[in-house]
Amino acid sequence: MGITQLLFWFLTVLTLGSALMVIFSKNPIYSILWLIVTFFAISGHYILLNAQFLAIVNIIVYAGAIMVLFLFVVMLMNLNMPASPVKKKWMPFAGIISGGCLLLVLIAALKDTEAMRRELLMKSGDIGLINNLGMVLFKDYILPFEISSVLFLSAMVGAVVIGKKN
Amino acid sequence: MTLLALDWAFTLEKIILIAIIISISLVVAMYATYAERKVAGFMQDRIGPNRAGPFGILQPLADGLKLFFKEEVIPNHSNKFLFILGPCLAMLTAMMTSAIIPWGGKVELGGRIVDLQVADINIGILYIFGVVSLGVYGMMIGGWASNNKYSLMAALRGASQAISYELALGIALIALLMLTGSLSLRTITDQQIQGNWWNIVYQPLGFLIFFICSLAECNRAPFDLPEAESELNMGYHQEYSSMKLGFFLFAEYINMFISCTVIATLFLGGYDMPFVDEAGLSGITALLVGLLALFGKTFFLIFVFMWIRWTLPRFRYDQLMNLGWKALIPLALLNMVITGAVVLFTMK
Repeated sequence: MGITQLLFWFLTVLTLGSALMVIFSKNPIYSILWLIVTFFAISGHYILLNAQFLAIVNIIVYAGAIMVLFLFVVMLMNLNMPASPVKKKWMPFAGIISGGCLLLVLIAALKDTEAMRRELLMKSGDIGLINNLGMVLFKDYILPFEISSVLFLSAMVGAVVIGKKN
Repeated sequence: MTLLALDWAFTLEKIILIAIIISISLVVAMYATYAERKVAGFMQDRIGPNRAGPFGILQPLADGLKLFFKEEVIPNHSNKFLFILGPCLAMLTAMMTSAIIPWGGKVELGGRIVDLQVADINIGILYIFGVVSLGVYGMMIGGWASNNKYSLMAALRGASQAISYELALGIALIALLMLTGSLSLRTITDQQIQGNWWNIVYQPLGFLIFFICSLAECNRAPFDLPEAESELNMGYHQEYSSMKLGFFLFAEYINMFISCTVIATLFLGGYDMPFVDEAGLSGITALLVGLLALFGKTFFLIFVFMWIRWTLPRFRYDQLMNLGWKALIPLALLNMVITGAVVLFTMK
């Protein structure tokens, strides 16, 4: 096993293990901390794929910003005591069905990745570096990029409007 | 084993470099506490510490020893694991940024070209950003785990302050990036050495915004609201004692040292000694001159940080938020738009 493969397996175990710990932790604060670990492990995978920009943006946006807000909310609501969840009989079934749907979508989305991976490798594998990413985003995909930024702007305006009402 | 295919000399070199950088950071942070008290004494027409050793030079060692020997108290109703994790994270994130700072040029030592930068990654500045955005966790987790309402309030204040000032910091950096066209700190320094002027000449407003935001990110006065002792007893580390408190305080000084180095690298030419042509010097001399220049700039910036702390009173919380959101962010946006327009019309 080369060092890359070793790292890959380490990161994979870390990702899956910490993701499971997010679900199984009793204390919501621990769940959030495990989620941060998960994001870090996923960023490690991005770096292995030579997508450094994606890796660091994942850390800045998810681990750095969104998780801080999560932590804020949980700390302020003080969910320290284990709440007894309302258990209904249909809950497990709903969970199984929705989880199965997600699995189906994931399989459908990922079934062609082998072919795409070959294509990526053919392009010398540096598509994830920031220069190439910038070119692709601002030349090939300029319209979707701008539309999504307008979407974010409208979400921000909406948040301000909702906040102003009180 | 293909594991042995690693370049062991390279790995060893980097490990030694990391050890040196961390020890230097710790020593500088230690003596920054001493400098802070001396500067405070000077500003307030006092002498400052002068008992331990000549000129009080052993004072930081005495303080450290005192912290080590103090009784360690963990509050009864706190979460023990998180209580210990808080200062560890604070220290870790304070140390992490130093990895991408170019401390000097490349030198040849014993037939090997040694790079005085732990990692020259092509997303350098974004890495700084990532670490800065993680910096709040130590404070938040420590403050919350203490199970004390003052600590919690201080932690929330600190986190919201850090998030607010990160935005202006980032936008100021974007304007700089438009000029340099590279995210690597090594490239940015080289451009300043080869070009005529340092980046501060092209980006005076950006420098000012970046400097103010660094003050806020380091929780230095006038932005030291998380430690506003007159309102919050002591701040987010109120329940901490012994070396865990020491870690929090130490991390703060390391943060200050590293952020001053980053400012020096980004805006003040890094290891570029003014009026000296580095290319004409031999390897070791150039290295020493570069280190001298970088540390000179950094120590001057640290002095300015202290100068500001002992001159200005603390902001009120709403004033802090107003300054961040209504003054710095619009200014940074304006700076970015102007820079973008200038770059567009002159350089292409």
